[in-house]
Amino acid sequence: MLPKKECIAMLLAGGQGSRLYTLTKNVAKPAVPFGGKYRIIDFPLSNCINSGIDTVGVLTQYIPLVLNDYIGTGGPWDLDTMYGGVHVLPPYQRQKGGDWYKGTANAIYQNIPFIERYDPEYVVILSGDHIYKMDYSEMLAAHKKAKAACTIAVYEVPYEEASRFGILNCNEDGSIYEFDEKPKVPKSNKASMGIYIFSWDKLRKYLEMDEQNEKSENDFGKNILPTMLEAGETMVAWQFEGYWKDVGTIDSLWEANMDLLDPRVPLDLSDPAWRIYTRDPVMPPHYVGKNAVVQNSLVAEGCVIEGSLEFAILFAGVTVEKGARVTDSIIMPGAKIKAGATVQYAIVAEDAVIGPGAIVGQRPENVENKDEWGIAVVGNNVNVGAGSVIPAKAMVEEDVPAAN
Amino acid sequence: MTGNNVVGIIFSNMHDDKLRELTDIRTMGSVPFGGRYRTIDFALSNLVNSGITKVGVITKSNFQSLMDHLGSGKAWDLSRKHEGLFILPPFGFNNSVYQGRVEALDGIRNFLSQCKEDYVVMGDCHVVHTMDLRPVIADHIAKNADITMVYKNSEMPEALPEKITIEMGRNRRVTDILLQGASEGKVNWGMGVYVITKEFLLKVVAEAMARNRLDFVRDVLQRSCGECRVFGYKYEGFAAVLGSMKSYFEYSMELLKGDVRSDLFPMSRPVYTKVRDEMPTRFGLGSKVVNSIIADGCLIEGEVENCILFRGVKIGKGAKLKNCIIMQDSEVGNNVNLNYVVADKDVVFKDGRSMMGFESYPVYISKGVEV
Repeated sequence: MLPKKECIAMLLAGGQGSRLYTLTKNVAKPAVPFGGKYRIIDFPLSNCINSGIDTVGVLTQYIPLVLNDYIGTGGPWDLDTMYGGVHVLPPYQRQKGGDWYKGTANAIYQNIPFIERYDPEYVVILSGDHIYKMDYSEMLAAHKKAKAACTIAVYEVPYEEASRFGILNCNEDGSIYEFDEKPKVPKSNKASMGIYIFSWDKLRKYLEMDEQNEKSENDFGKNILPTMLEAGETMVAWQFEGYWKDVGTIDSLWEANMDLLDPRVPLDLSDPAWRIYTRDPVMPPHYVGKNAVVQNSLVAEGCVIEGSLEFAILFAGVTVEKGARVTDSIIMPGAKIKAGATVQYAIVAEDAVIGPGAIVGQRPENVENKDEWGIAVVGNNVNVGAGSVIPAKAMVEEDVPAAN
Repeated sequence: MTGNNVVGIIFSNMHDDKLRELTDIRTMGSVPFGGRYRTIDFALSNLVNSGITKVGVITKSNFQSLMDHLGSGKAWDLSRKHEGLFILPPFGFNNSVYQGRVEALDGIRNFLSQCKEDYVVMGDCHVVHTMDLRPVIADHIAKNADITMVYKNSEMPEALPEKITIEMGRNRRVTDILLQGASEGKVNWGMGVYVITKEFLLKVVAEAMARNRLDFVRDVLQRSCGECRVFGYKYEGFAAVLGSMKSYFEYSMELLKGDVRSDLFPMSRPVYTKVRDEMPTRFGLGSKVVNSIIADGCLIEGEVENCILFRGVKIGKGAKLKNCIIMQDSEVGNNVNLNYVVADKDVVFKDGRSMMGFESYPVYISKGVEV
């Protein structure tokens, strides 16, 4: 019998992230690169180890190859421990057949045997598409103090945006009396962050009940939480202060990256007391050339910059050749921006090549119809030919021939 | 047997005295070089990238920072059940530590005897290079050699502490080894990288110790070169010889050349180092960076030209740096003016300070000093 773990975390990483289009064509959303050297999943994993949670189950389902490879044995996050650590949990076959994960709750239900091995008092449910730094131990302390069955982290959003979120209506003591999914007229601005702490005995009971209900979609937000509230369980909201962003869309992914260039945004990744850990790319320092101009940008290892950068985020091993201009854009690992090319308001994915003189994306002020403007995206390994023009909001998945 | 029948030996303290400023608080192996590395990273990565998974690091003194850097050897994939990294602290010699290479090798006699490997690759840390050792080892085995000396054909580096030149006959068989030999024009100078058959090494070290002949070059290499099978192997790439502060500065600045960088950091042979989990470097509005090498975790708001910035360096607004090497976590305040300055770790330049060195004599500021 191994020692008990007080609290373990389950990270829902199985979603496709279809609103990231070509960026999740070959990788699951949590493995999408973020912030010049990270992948999205680095944030919840680092939060776990920094909060003293050393046992994490990562539930995968959608093209997990890159994600599995990336997590490995969890060394970069200090999660390669003898007992506990990080475990990748795909769906599996049983004697009586097997199922894909039908919903978020079903994914946890199918992994009850994993959770029971650690005999935890509490289980934290996390998702793999948020950028934030949170001390889950503070949330757990609040959960214990309130003697709650479930604690939900909430984030105050502007009232005018509240109708886009799942809103929690609470009493003064923080206890929840109503869930309001995307309300037309919001009564509160406390949006659910999709981060839950459950007392495990309660959660197991409701997961098992939910599984019996054939009409259920087996989803936390739609089924488990409302059922618990209806049954009169103590459910409380825990307010999170700080930076939090859902990066499930191209626009929000781009914005969250650009937030790193804004000193007013409270997301400090240089804090030695709350490191965001990541798998190191093992590359030499970057080189800034004789004619380069670099302004307000973030640059990772292994880059060679001979052109100009302004409001740019460069991941490891990116090349920006002479005369090339990168502005308001994200260039993912290994991409090459050839001489004289322009990349503006764009995301260039891993190992893509932007040919000489090509123009990717448009500045918003140069687009007459604002509805036609958006971030241009060039997919993994795509070759954009010399001199070609990629308009705003484009989603390039195939090679583009050179312009004549 | 796992591995490729070769054990690596790195001398981490050899010629510490040549770089006295930088090795005052550390070993030659832990001297910072190239923006994010310690010199030993190159030696270790060369071995690991050549398939050698058993490495002994010989230490002598001041090796605390080296131990901290190496840890379990995980960053080099040398934290293993079979083989891996072995730190070999000094072994007592009549109540004092070893003096030269022969005594040091005698001190690790037990380690070497217990190795199942038949060949030993030895290297130092003060000559920094990226080398594929597999062809050197293959050549050593094919020639049934006792010793294979790796040499480079170029002008004798002024800063090389052991100025060895070799002369070769047919099949690159070494016919003569000269100390402080001809220094005019191109010579074949020994880089301090040797492949030696283990049994032979143990034998010659025992003989040298028994006769109190403790000079590796004179008593082992030179004596061997007639009767034993000593061969040369030519290395063609870049080699930095860190034998003086001047040479440290010059070779560091060589890294600003693209061809030197691609030689020292080829994509296929990554140089591993301890990971610090720093964020990418931030360039502020109004920063101006030209012809410089910048590691991760820096925050640059001033002007930087022909510089090498290590991890976590901060450059304040209005600061102007030219031809400087600033080591990890040092902070340069606002409006600071620096030219030809080498600042060690954790140095703080307060706002408005000014400091000028000269190309042949860069100013060195030691670790943790507040200017």
